[in-house]
Amino acid sequence: MSEQLTGAQALIRALEHAGVDTVFGIPGGAILPAYDPMLDSTQIRHILVRHEQGAGHAAQGYAAASGKTGVCMATSGPGATNLVTPIADAYMDSVPLVAITGQVAGAAIGTDAFQEADIRGITMPITKHNFLVTDPNDIATTIAEAFHIASTGRPGPVLVDVTKDAMQTHGVDFQWPTELSLPGYRPVTRPHPKQVREAARLIVAAEKPVLYVGGGVIRAQASAELKELAELLGIPVVTTLMARGALPDTHDLHFGMPGMHGSVSAVGALQRSDLLITLGARFDDRVTGKLDSFAPEAKVIHADIDPAEIGKNRAADVPIVGDCKEVITDLIAALRTEIASAGRTPSYDAWRGQLESVRAKYPVAYDDPEDGTLSPQYVIERIGKIAGPDAIYTAGVGQHQMWSAHYLPFEKPRHWLNSGGLGTMGYAVPAAMGAKVARPDKTVWAIDGDGCFQMTNQELVTCALEGIPIKVAVINNQSLGMVRQWQTLFYDKRYSNTDLHSARIPDFAKLAEAMGGVGLRCSDKDSVDATIDKAMSVTDQPVVVDFVVHRDAMVWPMVAAGVSNDEIQIARDMAPQWDGEEL
Amino acid sequence: MSKHTLSILVENKHGVLARVAALISRRGFNIDSLAVGPTEHPEVSRMTIAVSVDEQPLEQITKQLNKLVNVIKIVELEPTQTVQRELLLVKVKADTLTRGQVLETVQLFRAKVVDVAPDAITIEATGNPEKLEAMLRVLEPFGVRELVQSGMVAIGRGSRSISDRTLRPVPVPPPHVQTGPPNVQARPASSSAGASASSAHHPVPAPPPGRTAVVPNQH
Repeated sequence: MSEQLTGAQALIRALEHAGVDTVFGIPGGAILPAYDPMLDSTQIRHILVRHEQGAGHAAQGYAAASGKTGVCMATSGPGATNLVTPIADAYMDSVPLVAITGQVAGAAIGTDAFQEADIRGITMPITKHNFLVTDPNDIATTIAEAFHIASTGRPGPVLVDVTKDAMQTHGVDFQWPTELSLPGYRPVTRPHPKQVREAARLIVAAEKPVLYVGGGVIRAQASAELKELAELLGIPVVTTLMARGALPDTHDLHFGMPGMHGSVSAVGALQRSDLLITLGARFDDRVTGKLDSFAPEAKVIHADIDPAEIGKNRAADVPIVGDCKEVITDLIAALRTEIASAGRTPSYDAWRGQLESVRAKYPVAYDDPEDGTLSPQYVIERIGKIAGPDAIYTAGVGQHQMWSAHYLPFEKPRHWLNSGGLGTMGYAVPAAMGAKVARPDKTVWAIDGDGCFQMTNQELVTCALEGIPIKVAVINNQSLGMVRQWQTLFYDKRYSNTDLHSARIPDFAKLAEAMGGVGLRCSDKDSVDATIDKAMSVTDQPVVVDFVVHRDAMVWPMVAAGVSNDEIQIARDMAPQWDGEEL
Repeated sequence: MSKHTLSILVENKHGVLARVAALISRRGFNIDSLAVGPTEHPEVSRMTIAVSVDEQPLEQITKQLNKLVNVIKIVELEPTQTVQRELLLVKVKADTLTRGQVLETVQLFRAKVVDVAPDAITIEATGNPEKLEAMLRVLEPFGVRELVQSGMVAIGRGSRSISDRTLRPVPVPPPHVQTGPPNVQARPASSSAGASASSAHHPVPAPPPGRTAVVPNQH
């Protein structure tokens, strides 16, 4: 079955076949042909953003909140290069994303034509794969391959660059492929049974095991399996920044987030463990600190769908390549067999008891500022309390991101969206927009910083016009807070270029109103709840709340860069007392 | 650091060499030698890459290369089980006095003379890297005017082929149209099939009483 179309019609038809219902993008010269049949599509909603970076992050937010593949579209040259940041972000955080870009006509490639950029060459290091399509008859197959590659194995971004003349060609024989030939692409999802048995043997023999859970568990939708595994033997769990919500924060076995700004109990659990059961995590430097002093006593089981992650930073005693959902399911079965044949169930009560006392003694906490100004942590905590664990939260990058990771209620997977690997300031607002489009039934809060917000806030216009009522909390400490914190701690309080003066300019509430939203402002503790309630009551427009907060609040706990995680500080010059704990 | 030879089967598609070379470079490794050419299968090319790295980074670079969608297979060739060859073209000074000695060297190394001028000889030689190095040491005193060398190619000894089984096509089903609940904000495919393109198809949530709705952009 085939029909005659233009290349552009074939492109839109292919996107429909791939199941696309939403595209975030901006038209321009080279992509123009594709926008004509787009107008006729009854399946695809195109959301006209105000900057291509917003299109990319929105597609990421859409993907992360829904589990589907996000799609963004841009024209050649500057349109395409503006997608580079979100593509790199999606690559680092394994977000399934397909980016479609227009390219100058095939004959003009390489001539420095108007709005020409070699976007395939530019994005080679930051995509899972990318394509340049010059033959209109390749469009359908290429789109099918792009969606297959983006969404299977370790998810990631795929860019499809299509020349303008390929889209303008008439008489294209459209055929959605019945099979794809990708001889070099065969992701392993089924774990090797021998490795799983070996892992089960190590777990049963361990005394101080920890489940070190990363974003792979979220992407694999393996939260239920994770809970079953943890509860089977009562193994303590830590969830990384990318895995917040994989196990409910309120679960007894949950000991917090590890890493540079992790909780003492989570960092301590990894440091003192004798067995790391690593699931979909990658021993990122923000988690391990100084690598050679990370979890020095621990053997390592490392399960990941990407073989290249295993042994990259830390040698694995038991490497397991596979999808986290299948790995955990098989591991549960193997553990049951192992326990039955050993005739005894291992007990980690003593170990768990130690961690529980650390968790009780060193909760993640903050003090209210002495000068009566608003505490940023309090604001975030109250938003979490009022909006609850059913809301989806996105964050930018910096102090507010770390406070969000600690003080928001994470009870469910895919309710916490942030830029973990690349650390992209400006992620929050467009990602919230994408998440709200994917899950219109959910309240979506973007917890943003005043620095981050000023990078991508123009997407509020898109939200207002397209009927995407997100809520934005600008945690306004009038500075690039995380950089300022480092200047306080390591640069003798020499605040070079971190003062944004954003208590004065811009007026965020007025800015929100100018962009078609509701603008609110709050600077004292007593009106925080009322302001959040007011923001919650607006359901037809985007809302921005400018929370003017204390500027010297710092993120604690903290492990300084380049030192062992044992050097964690719970506040400035305050280290937890390990000795008494025998941890 | 030790020398390793990787044979990489890749899809014969444009940009593959750039992908492989750029990946090795951005992961912080240096290529000693690289050769690429067609194989017995027209859709498959073969790269032979020589790198100097330790065992652990070699494993990492191999895994990273394997992640490239166009890379079909990577095999490390053990030097003792492998035939390795390079091609060398060298222009050596040779006048009537020295020509005899140069020709003797050519014979000793089973090389070939491919061009002669009154004051120079151009020699073609193939062999493993050690042999070519030895020949160059002998020729050096006569005066090397110009030299060009290919990357190394290598093939395993014996009857087995690294491309035997790997190239059977493995069909993959294409992505299916998602069957989950439709995006409620998107225009339902069925209801608007006959509607004009300008009709409202992006409903927005109803505003609470007392608030005017923001009308979405119609297109």
